[in-house]
Amino acid sequence: MKSPKFLLPAAAAGVLALTLSACGGGGGTTGGGGGGDAEQGLDGRGPITYVQGKDNSNVVRPLVEKWNAAHPNEKVTFKEQTDQADQQHDDLVQNYQAKNANYDVASVDVVWTAEFAAKGWLQPLKDKMAVDTAGMLAPTVEAGSYKGTLYAAPVSSDGGILYYRKDLVPTAPTTWAEMMEMCSIAKANNIGCYSGQYKQYEGLTVNASEAINSFGGSVLDKDGKPSLNTPEAKEGLENLVKAFADGNIPKEAITYQEEESRRAFQDGNLLFHRNWPYVYNLATTEGSSKVKDVLGMTALPGKDGPGASSLGGHSAAISVYSKNKATAHDFVKFLVEEEQQKFFATQGSLAPVLGDLYEDKELVAKLPYLPVLKTSIENAVPRPVTPFYPAVTQAIQENSYAALKGEKSVEQALSDMQKSIETAGAGS
Amino acid sequence: MATELGPTPVKSPASGGTPVHHGPKGVGEDNKILSQGKWASWLLAPTVIALAMVIVYPIISAIVMSFQKDAGLDPVTGLFTAGGPAGVQNYVNWIAQQCAAPGGGTVACPPGTLGAQFWSATATTFLFTVITVTFETILGFWMAMIMARTFKGRSLVRAAVLVPWAIPTAVTAQLWLFIFAFEGIANNLFNASILWTGSEWPAKWAVIIADTWKTTPFMALLILAGLQMIPAEVYEAAKVDGATAWQRFRLITLPLVKPALMVAVLFRTLDALRMFDLPYILTGGANNTTTLSILVINQIRQGFNAAAALSTITFIIIFIVAFIFVRFLGANVVEQSGATGKGKK
Repeated sequence: MKSPKFLLPAAAAGVLALTLSACGGGGGTTGGGGGGDAEQGLDGRGPITYVQGKDNSNVVRPLVEKWNAAHPNEKVTFKEQTDQADQQHDDLVQNYQAKNANYDVASVDVVWTAEFAAKGWLQPLKDKMAVDTAGMLAPTVEAGSYKGTLYAAPVSSDGGILYYRKDLVPTAPTTWAEMMEMCSIAKANNIGCYSGQYKQYEGLTVNASEAINSFGGSVLDKDGKPSLNTPEAKEGLENLVKAFADGNIPKEAITYQEEESRRAFQDGNLLFHRNWPYVYNLATTEGSSKVKDVLGMTALPGKDGPGASSLGGHSAAISVYSKNKATAHDFVKFLVEEEQQKFFATQGSLAPVLGDLYEDKELVAKLPYLPVLKTSIENAVPRPVTPFYPAVTQAIQENSYAALKGEKSVEQALSDMQKSIETAGAGS
Repeated sequence: MATELGPTPVKSPASGGTPVHHGPKGVGEDNKILSQGKWASWLLAPTVIALAMVIVYPIISAIVMSFQKDAGLDPVTGLFTAGGPAGVQNYVNWIAQQCAAPGGGTVACPPGTLGAQFWSATATTFLFTVITVTFETILGFWMAMIMARTFKGRSLVRAAVLVPWAIPTAVTAQLWLFIFAFEGIANNLFNASILWTGSEWPAKWAVIIADTWKTTPFMALLILAGLQMIPAEVYEAAKVDGATAWQRFRLITLPLVKPALMVAVLFRTLDALRMFDLPYILTGGANNTTTLSILVINQIRQGFNAAAALSTITFIIIFIVAFIFVRFLGANVVEQSGATGKGKK
């Protein structure tokens, strides 16, 4: 009779002890990381961890295996996060905040770099820790830098591409005005003319910034201050608003994310379509695709030539709390070597950051969009590089959405954006 | 709550169990009770400590954080610097919708900031709560009445009704997102071309419809449990006395099911007040469908301390609503049997 009575509290205490020890373990790591001065770890060598979002196309594992085979004493462990960008961001923030020494190298989205750098979480990649960026496309390096210092080495890039119907469009448009003129073709064929992504989410920031940047405007100036009350920004955003008003962008596009817009284009309902390179594979191989044989690709249209795409992609950053920074540094350099970059492109369809690879015959044969993508990335403008990115993207999304729906004039939307970004930067 | 609940289960076996074994010795009985009380508090300790760790600590920590400033940017180094104490500024900022001004001080939050959304988010949250809970109560009651009857395949119906409740909310939201897409089922079915997630009222209705679909079964089951507590004889007696169906419903079913109904409504209300997944996935909070929970999550990415203040405000709002329910509307979650007795006196 008595033994179960004793077992219960014992079990309860056991569970509690486990919980406590788990907490204690976390605490210990924190203490160790905090104690190590940033300088101290610079020569440290030993096992490290690489943190990245879900490895959907199995690119990271083979690379890590390859590294481990060559460096048996400095093995890399791959820690896989979820495939949701927001969750990856929050996971990194939590671990950096806890000064976790185990997040040695992390894959950082281009829009997070400034925030993490300003928080003092990333090891500046200069002097001893420098990474050679000579062969890299300039905008990708810019996106990995904050206040003139490189904090994250560009690993993969991404840019917008204008897809179009080769069967209906005689020559690809190079400017926005040309494209709008060709909308008569769409009308004659009873389909929509153009669409990007205009639902109120990150994709709208991408599209609105592209519209503004393509016409010479910019969201932030060189000092990180908002600069939206300009005629250029107005002209850019007005183009989208006008296209919505006269139906050149179909009204349902206000609900489009990447996938909805891709489906509309693949079903043959759009003449022009702005999206990322991933569309190429799906649009040419999916059985239901109606544009399989008539898919054209070109750079985004701008004012007098190629437009300014928003830049996507990821960089590799070293945590200041890492104890083995020398190994981490070597691993980052390994990731941006040509051989690995090629593997990223062939295995994962990730756009390389090295300019030369875009002319590599073997690669172009496999990924025919590379030449177009190179133009796109070369002309790309990183999305606003600011430590207040979440507030900035919120301001752009909400106000440009209101403008696209005609609830606000373009001037009003831009002035509200300007004011919102100013208050974000003012801090508290 | 803990003090009232704590002693009851411990004492009753003690007083009930002791006479059997130690009947003759009065002194031993007292000692036994004392040692059992000690023993019981040891047994309870792990639970209390675990609760303190997972509930009390985060709440206090959030409240402490809410009185701190968020990190500001040092313009020279470009690095964030710790914010320092803020007093009640975070709370004032939310309630008065004030944001930091570029030159120092505060200005009214311009559209496009989270600060400008506090009152609209509060209104949206309450709108969703009132409408969805009303719908769910009416539909749930109706479903419960059907399920309470005896008919062939009753267990099948009961199981089928549970399906929407069993699906995770995030999945539900994704399903409804497909349904409400421009070329989705909803538009095809009614031959309409409504931009469900692209304008204010359709977006709100989309959220309300999806939420009602998902949580009505929960209401139905809770009400069904209440219905089954009503003895059949009461209805028989009423029938003998010549009461009509409507009279039986109004004078027997409603009053007798009321305690269960109020608890169900209370649960749903508290749940609806912290609605997050459905609008977050369906609309991303656009078109005035941002609820307080969505606002908190968005704010976390822009500054923890302001977010802590907002979640404390949300906590207080929900607490007040729960208090009103329990104190004035007679929803009794804790001592169900005792309270019904009091009510009858």
